[in-house]
Amino acid sequence: MEQPPLIVEIKDLSKSYHRNSQTISVLQHISLEIEAREFLALMGPSGSGKSTLLNLIAGIDRPDSGTVRVGGVDIALLSEAQLARWRAANVGFIFQFYNLIPVLTAFENIELPLLLTRLSRQERREHVETALHLVNLFDRKDHYPGQLSGGEQQRVAIARAIITDPTIIVADEPTGDLDRISAEEVLTLMDRLNRELGKTIIMVTHDPRAADKARLIRHLEKGLLQ
Amino acid sequence: MILQLKLLFKNAFRRKFRAFLTILSVTVALLAFGLLQTFIDAWYAGAEASSARRLVCRNSISLTFPLPLAYRDKIRQIEGVEAITYGSWFGGIYIEEKNFFANFAIEPHGYLRLYDYKLPADQKERFLRDRRSAVAGRRLVERFGWRIGDIITLRGTIFPGNWEFVLAGIYSRGTVDLDESQFFFHWDYLNQALKKIMPHRADMVDFYIIGVSKADLTTEVAQAIDQTFKNSLAETLTETERSFQLSFVTMSEAIIKAIQLISLVVILIIMAVAANTMAMSVRERTGEWVVLKTLGFGPRKIIVLILAESLIITLAGCIIATALTFPMVSTFGRTLRNYLPIFRLKREIFYFYLAASFLVGVVAAIIPACRAAKIPIAEALRRIA
Amino acid sequence: MLSAILLSYSFRNLMARRLTTILTSLGMALVVFVLASSLMLAEGLEKTLVETGSADNVVVIRKGATTEVLSGITREQAAIVETQPEIALGAEGQPLLAREVVVLITLQRRGSDKQSNVVIRGGREQSLRLRPKVKLVEGRLPRPATAEIIVGKNIARRFKGCGLGETLRLGLQEWRVCGLFDAGNSGFSSEIWADVDQLMQAFRRPVYSSIIFRLDKASEFERLKADIETNPRLTLEVKREAEYYAEQSKWMAKFLRILGASLTVIFSLGAVIGAIITMNAAVATRTREIGTLRALGFRRRDILLAFLLEAALLGFLGGLVGLFLASFLQLVTISTTNFQTFSELTFSFALSVKIACQALAFSLIMGLGGGLFPAFKACGMNIAEALRAG
Repeated sequence: MEQPPLIVEIKDLSKSYHRNSQTISVLQHISLEIEAREFLALMGPSGSGKSTLLNLIAGIDRPDSGTVRVGGVDIALLSEAQLARWRAANVGFIFQFYNLIPVLTAFENIELPLLLTRLSRQERREHVETALHLVNLFDRKDHYPGQLSGGEQQRVAIARAIITDPTIIVADEPTGDLDRISAEEVLTLMDRLNRELGKTIIMVTHDPRAADKARLIRHLEKGLLQ
Repeated sequence: MILQLKLLFKNAFRRKFRAFLTILSVTVALLAFGLLQTFIDAWYAGAEASSARRLVCRNSISLTFPLPLAYRDKIRQIEGVEAITYGSWFGGIYIEEKNFFANFAIEPHGYLRLYDYKLPADQKERFLRDRRSAVAGRRLVERFGWRIGDIITLRGTIFPGNWEFVLAGIYSRGTVDLDESQFFFHWDYLNQALKKIMPHRADMVDFYIIGVSKADLTTEVAQAIDQTFKNSLAETLTETERSFQLSFVTMSEAIIKAIQLISLVVILIIMAVAANTMAMSVRERTGEWVVLKTLGFGPRKIIVLILAESLIITLAGCIIATALTFPMVSTFGRTLRNYLPIFRLKREIFYFYLAASFLVGVVAAIIPACRAAKIPIAEALRRIA
Repeated sequence: MLSAILLSYSFRNLMARRLTTILTSLGMALVVFVLASSLMLAEGLEKTLVETGSADNVVVIRKGATTEVLSGITREQAAIVETQPEIALGAEGQPLLAREVVVLITLQRRGSDKQSNVVIRGGREQSLRLRPKVKLVEGRLPRPATAEIIVGKNIARRFKGCGLGETLRLGLQEWRVCGLFDAGNSGFSSEIWADVDQLMQAFRRPVYSSIIFRLDKASEFERLKADIETNPRLTLEVKREAEYYAEQSKWMAKFLRILGASLTVIFSLGAVIGAIITMNAAVATRTREIGTLRALGFRRRDILLAFLLEAALLGFLGGLVGLFLASFLQLVTISTTNFQTFSELTFSFALSVKIACQALAFSLIMGLGGGLFPAFKACGMNIAEALRAG
């Protein structure tokens, strides 16, 4: 079997925060490679830097030193506007608290990233409807987030994450706010995305059950990869 | 106690920008009220300053019709009349129309007796001696940079031609709020000239001003005067100086009333926005009130805490507004002094400030405070968990 | 495309926090109402006085007199003016010219003890021919050489003794109201008319106030003006009637505009602070939402635009409401003293396209003024931090 290409290459990555003249080092000289079609779980205690690492991979934060290449692009070199465009095309996000826009319907929330593309209204509708079927929420498409359960909201968020067919999907504690049954549904869905659609998923989690679904688990502690 | 106070202030100013804005909007609302009220008071100031012991007598047809000078002696004989003067509205223009100020031709001896003007003795003497001279108010003199001895030329609108006067004195107000931006000269000077150019207008005056010996005699004296000239060629209308002044003000009363009404509504809305903001920040922190409750704070303490926080904000607005009212009113007074010569703050405004800010503080906080005090701990803790 | 979605997004966010939106917009609505109503009042005043004068008529008054009331023209002067060849002739061959007397009288308002000054104009039948707007609506015209008067509709309603059949006592004489007239929106509707000779006799006035006449050819105005004004025997001033009346609104209209502008500025300060508070709170409560949108690939300027749109919409809603409320003022007429002529004048609020545009533009500016700072705050946020916000 052919070796899958590397999708994420991280070299010698460091990041620290400054707060009240104190410097807190979050990540120290991290190097990590993630292959295409991987389902990676990053685990570690609070404050270990796993969310920061995820943010750096997703291009919503910038490293102090080191490089992050995603799909062959060194994202640290991109300007703010280029980075935004890059995220729109290459990254799908799943958050712990779903982060749906409360004033938009499920359909519109999923459609949101497509507004940044050149697709026509008709094409956008087709894409959104496909995604709605995939997460099994077609009959709830006109509901607002406030009218959906936690698990349903997270499934909408997953549909939103895959709607642009991104290079990677990053998930920050996707089951952290869900009951066990909903969590199971969400994890099954992510598993299907990975196995059936070949999506690369990077997930930060505390939850051992969530980590079980992943193909690879890496531990982070005090800013160092174990 | 110290800790509670500290908590109070820390909470009130937690969201610094929002607290700042809320204080600011309370301040602006109060300042707007203060300014408008002072403006409206200034509108009525002329009437306020008028004495209850002075009567104004004019032609009953309208102010534009004069009265014969011969009425003077008849009025003087009426019982209760202590002093009398007379004059005419001159309506002269100084260089340009936009330099408008009030100018009158008056009989000076009676006039200076009836009105409490401060005029240095030497200036007064000079004014009384020289028929071509005039006196002007302190503010008017400042406005045009005149000096004593200057020759001032007014272009007549009612009495045609250019009229020259020598500035003999500068008056300022005594104990009452008299308009310090008027200009007076000898009625005789005008009359002598009219005898030559328009004889049919000579020996006529626009108004008599009558000093009454006792304030409770005014009605009787006024009636006696009007009775004297009933069925004569020029019937008179005599009223107290106050109602005479008010009759000017009431002519534009519709506008003033509209301003007053709209102002109140706008101020109420601004206050409502501020109140809404304060209510919002109480609601946002439901979790914190619950924590305090679990720590043993009783419902009454919670209510007091929330009310006090809200009052800190509105009273801060009140204090700032009070401090800013003085410079603001004096700035506006200076800008408007050519239109509204008497522009002064009243103390009542500050009582209003205090009452309004107290009210808004309480109204904004009372409902969310009661709600926060009533929340069962267990339910609320679940909500924040 | 994106902006259309942004607009609907902004609108829905406003609707999501209805009470706050309503309060904030209401504040701005009232400011717009104040602005629009004062402009409408000034406009209405000007419109009334502009409609009073006719472009073909000429008014002659004494030089230096700002109004007819202050003017005086002797019989000799009037006779000289009448010989001017530029004066148009009527159907029967006499000149279309009227010598008039205009005086102010103090009248009591109905239903209160308050007084106002009202214009009473003495004229002849030519006065009516020169003002085709003045139409008798009830009763009849005064018979010559009698103490009869006709009263403008705005005066008849509002002053004691001015209704049809009532009498006014002026100059030791009883004057009977024998007719009512309507002069539309013009200032004449706020006047009382009588026979010029009767009036001069009653008030013992030896001089006329003004001479009004129609020009044969409008182009001859300048020559006529030069002719009369340079004649050393006449110290008179010549004005087109339209200009003469337009000037009478100048001061009061200016006063109303300045007053309105000052009130608007003071109140708008409060309304803008209200908008800042509201938008600032909107940004604060939607921090995570902003982080999410940025993470999804929306740029800073999209966020900026969304919040600016929201603020502009907030202002615009207020503007529409304010203008809507102000438009009802067109049904209201105001009777007040024109400071410049010192006489009662009735006019209504007049809305124009220009005023509507000014009011709406101002509401947008207020909204944007309130949204600017919070919008920049929103677009300047760090994504990772915004996503972590509670």
